[in-house]
Amino acid sequence: MSSKNYKRVYVWELPVRIFHWINVLCITVLAVTGFIIADPPAILSGAEASESYWFGTVRVIHFGAAYIFFFNMILRIYWSFVGNRFAHWKSFLPFSREMRKNIKHVLKVDIMLQHDKTHDVRNISVGHNSVAALSYVALFVVALVQVFTGFGLYSDMSGWWLPDLFAWVVPLLGGDFMVRTIHHVATWVFIFFTLVHVYLVFYHDWLEGRGEVSSMFGGYKFVSEERFRKEGLADMPQKTPPAEAPKAETNPAT
Amino acid sequence: MAFERNTQETYYESIIRQGYSRRDFMKFSTYIAAYMGLETSAIGQVAKSLETTHRIPVIWEHYQECTCCSESFIRSDHPIVADIILDKISLDYTLTLMAASGHQAEAAKHATMEKYKGEYILCVEGSVPMGDDGNYCCIAGRSAKDLLIEAAEGAKAIIAWGSCACNGCVQAAYPNPTQATPIDKIIKNKPIIKVPGCPPIGEVMAGIIVHLITFDRLPELDNIGRPKAFYAKRVHDSCYRRPYYDAGLFAETFDDQNAKEGYCLYKVGCKGPMTYNSCGTIRWNNGVSFPIQSGHGCIGCSEEDFWDNGPFYERMTGLAGFGIESSADTIGKVAAGVLAGGLAAHAIAANISKRKELRDSIRTARENEKKFES
Repeated sequence: MSSKNYKRVYVWELPVRIFHWINVLCITVLAVTGFIIADPPAILSGAEASESYWFGTVRVIHFGAAYIFFFNMILRIYWSFVGNRFAHWKSFLPFSREMRKNIKHVLKVDIMLQHDKTHDVRNISVGHNSVAALSYVALFVVALVQVFTGFGLYSDMSGWWLPDLFAWVVPLLGGDFMVRTIHHVATWVFIFFTLVHVYLVFYHDWLEGRGEVSSMFGGYKFVSEERFRKEGLADMPQKTPPAEAPKAETNPAT
Repeated sequence: MAFERNTQETYYESIIRQGYSRRDFMKFSTYIAAYMGLETSAIGQVAKSLETTHRIPVIWEHYQECTCCSESFIRSDHPIVADIILDKISLDYTLTLMAASGHQAEAAKHATMEKYKGEYILCVEGSVPMGDDGNYCCIAGRSAKDLLIEAAEGAKAIIAWGSCACNGCVQAAYPNPTQATPIDKIIKNKPIIKVPGCPPIGEVMAGIIVHLITFDRLPELDNIGRPKAFYAKRVHDSCYRRPYYDAGLFAETFDDQNAKEGYCLYKVGCKGPMTYNSCGTIRWNNGVSFPIQSGHGCIGCSEEDFWDNGPFYERMTGLAGFGIESSADTIGKVAAGVLAGGLAAHAIAANISKRKELRDSIRTARENEKKFES
């Protein structure tokens, strides 16, 4: 395999990265507090109820994190209209033939671990690959389910109009019990998603060596030079790497 | 006979004629206004309405039910409810309480339906079996479905008493052999007040009737048709044990020290957090107690499908079709384990399958390391 020159490309803009990590934090907090609310631990305490409020605190954290999760999601939707091409809403749905071809490639090479007959550099995605993009769409749908069922359950306790917008969800689904069950079960989808998502990030980082893991911290990915001629990525604003790391620009790897 | 009662008499006149004093009447007006959630300034309006309103004819139908709603109503706190509103004045037809029976009773009903077409209130207790042409519930040789459609035709409004009429209750629980159907699924063109509960609280029932008399319109309903005054809050939100919930103090079993201390029954299956009713505020048996106060969790009797929503004594997220003992969490844990195993297998397979590329890239990187000028 010939040695390639890689160029640093700014893929994940700062709002995308902030969204990602706030989302990580919110989902973690919401899942942990959610499971505590569903099945509180047995605490045998002689304390009077008037001196203790821990369960109420857990619920406050859950509801607060839910609001942050929700508004964070709204900001990400906004950014999918004004952000760069990798953050754009169009990059999440397989509209083009290339994207549909990419789905086949990823399923074949990365999921089923087969090998392409001919090497095509365009198969290596710069932003999301098309299968990953679909998984984020699916996660977005599950997040919506959580928002609707969560705020639906919460609306009765709230005096604010925002949660009240979701009050219709409870009667639609036939009562609190069903809504709660859906809310609870959907939490597991986030857990399954996280397992697969983190694994695949490591997988791509290990096999492709283009900075998949670190890209969500710094925003940069490394793209082979031959790719630029083919897709005109060079038009994109390139950040010159800091002087103390000159190797980054033309780091010869595989 | 029932249909020959003097309908020109006002509620007040009937009450006085029954031997109650003006003072009793005013006490009743105050008490029922309080239950209806009205402010004290509205007591006068309630009293005045009862003084001036001629009684509304009421037909009370019984279909698939246990009559616990009627029992609850006649045990309502104040004697005027049982004596006047229900028994002596208003009811033109009710199987349980009317003196007439058989053909006489049916004649009374038909007379009311014709004479007060478009004016009478139809109270329905019980669900209607739609399976096998409605043959599972027949009264006077006719199916409940037939009778309901006939009685609803000329009704001004319908009150669906109890969980049977509102959501089918136990006879509509899985597998619902008679296809027990709530009233609002059959009658679509009439205003329906749903008063769920097995049974509903007597004061709630009285409050709704007095609301109809006083204001001559339906009480404000929520979006599934329940009066907001009585069903806007969860039992949990008005429960006197709520502070224990917020403090995280729970009974683990019914016989532990925590249960004796009166801690929250959340973990032993109390459905209060999912149930909309007034049990925590109005309570039962003249305000003496309600299930949670008596040490038993709420079973959620005013919620739809409460018989199918898992066991009464366990807090679980049941999933139908996955076995009785398995909850969502058990399934989730197993699935997460299987998934993690699958990912580990995929990681190993990836390293084997892509060994050539990996070998190449690792070799190049090692060479680069040697060439590196320090």
